[in-house]
Amino acid sequence: MTSAKEVVFKPLFDNNPIALQILGVCSALAVTTQLSVTLVMCIALTSVTAFSNLFISMIRNYMPSSIRIIVQMTIIASLVIAVDQFLQAFAYEISKSLSVFVGLIITNCIVMGRAEAFAMKNPPILSFLDGIGNGLGYSFVLIVVAVFRELLGSGSLLGYEILPLVSNGGWYQGNGLMLLAPSAFFIIGLFVWVLRSVKTEQVESAEFRIAPHAAHSSEGAF
Amino acid sequence: MSSKDTVSKTLVVAFFLCVVCSILVSGTAVILKPMQDENRILDRNKNILSAAGLYDPSIHSDSDIAELFSRFTPRLVDINAGRFLDAEEAIGLGIDIVNYDQRTVVTDPALSEALTSDEDLADVKRRALYQMVYLMEGDGENELDTIVLPVSGYGLWGILYGFMALEGDANTVKGLAFYELKETPGLGAEVRNPRWTALWPGKKVYAEDGSVGLTVVKGAGMGDYEIDGLSGATLTSRGVANLVQYWLGDDAFGPLLKQLGGRQSQSLAALNQE
Repeated sequence: MTSAKEVVFKPLFDNNPIALQILGVCSALAVTTQLSVTLVMCIALTSVTAFSNLFISMIRNYMPSSIRIIVQMTIIASLVIAVDQFLQAFAYEISKSLSVFVGLIITNCIVMGRAEAFAMKNPPILSFLDGIGNGLGYSFVLIVVAVFRELLGSGSLLGYEILPLVSNGGWYQGNGLMLLAPSAFFIIGLFVWVLRSVKTEQVESAEFRIAPHAAHSSEGAF
Repeated sequence: MSSKDTVSKTLVVAFFLCVVCSILVSGTAVILKPMQDENRILDRNKNILSAAGLYDPSIHSDSDIAELFSRFTPRLVDINAGRFLDAEEAIGLGIDIVNYDQRTVVTDPALSEALTSDEDLADVKRRALYQMVYLMEGDGENELDTIVLPVSGYGLWGILYGFMALEGDANTVKGLAFYELKETPGLGAEVRNPRWTALWPGKKVYAEDGSVGLTVVKGAGMGDYEIDGLSGATLTSRGVANLVQYWLGDDAFGPLLKQLGGRQSQSLAALNQE
């Protein structure tokens, strides 16, 4: 049986939903230009994953398998709407910049993946912790990406100026690429590279091996 | 087949799930609605104040907005007639002045109109028939200090929404602030950079012949009418020039502004009665 500690901390490095499973990358591209927005998105996603896991696990023994996915989606969608309403009431500025991406948590593969893979088979408390753990794993990657993007793109962190921009009379020329979505791909790629260099057990075995060149024909050497 | 997979069990589970989830969703929506509405109005008022140059995030906080904004009077304008509507006319149209939003009524055929491609300089497709403008009276008796107009227009990726503030003479720019846009960060989105918006105050709107002279140009903006365009954001700059041309022009707020500017000496009260 998996322990609570393992369930919370394993998704951080050993089984990271973004870096190892490559899930939830879409929102990682979209909401990481500013660290403050990223932090709110991380809290939103972690709470949705945790609570959807909790509720799905609570009713897992009553859930007819024929409508299993619809039941999971309904629970996740309701939670996401609730989170969106809370953000509009308590963090209006940030909810404006997150705009559609809060709603898109519904389609975030991590939430659905954990509900189906973990919460359907495990008791509620453990499922809740699994949701927190995977949310933290997601948050960790997003925060790393956002720190690089905001610092190198806008010269600031959490809105505080660190590298004064040329356009504001400083010396740092902001890197425009960092403000566009593709830069998150590069940072996530580098992150995966570093992680797999440190934890070599995450490297998949090659699906096939290229055979050495076997032909020794002297004809048609072109 | 286990016992939980029968048709009746499936229906019972689906029914209870729907009831519980709908209570959760509607409950949060209803309970939090007053706070959300308050946030929306606060945000709009903050945008109006920043266009007028009265709100500085480093000095003011959200709690100052109500007091700062109390100097403004919201007025409903019939944009085709070029005149103000009074409170009874607004009620007659079913418009609640505090919550009215010219952006949401654009989908309502009774309160908005489609623009022909000749008219539609700013590329906004439709506009509300009635627009909210905000007037601030000056220190003197019935003297107009600031006029804040809603403006919108297509940039590169989408429509930019903002407010433009003019001095009481209805000809001198006091400020321009966009509160919603989809422009490229670092390039087009620099229309919100304080260093760029600082170029606007003091510029004049109307040329000698009465047409809109204010424009955004490439290179150094010289004189009373030209604003230096944003480098790397030609299409956004052009979009801003177009929206200024449109909303201050004869098809939109032009007639009203000329009337306001020409009647500076007369009292606001007299103007309001028209």
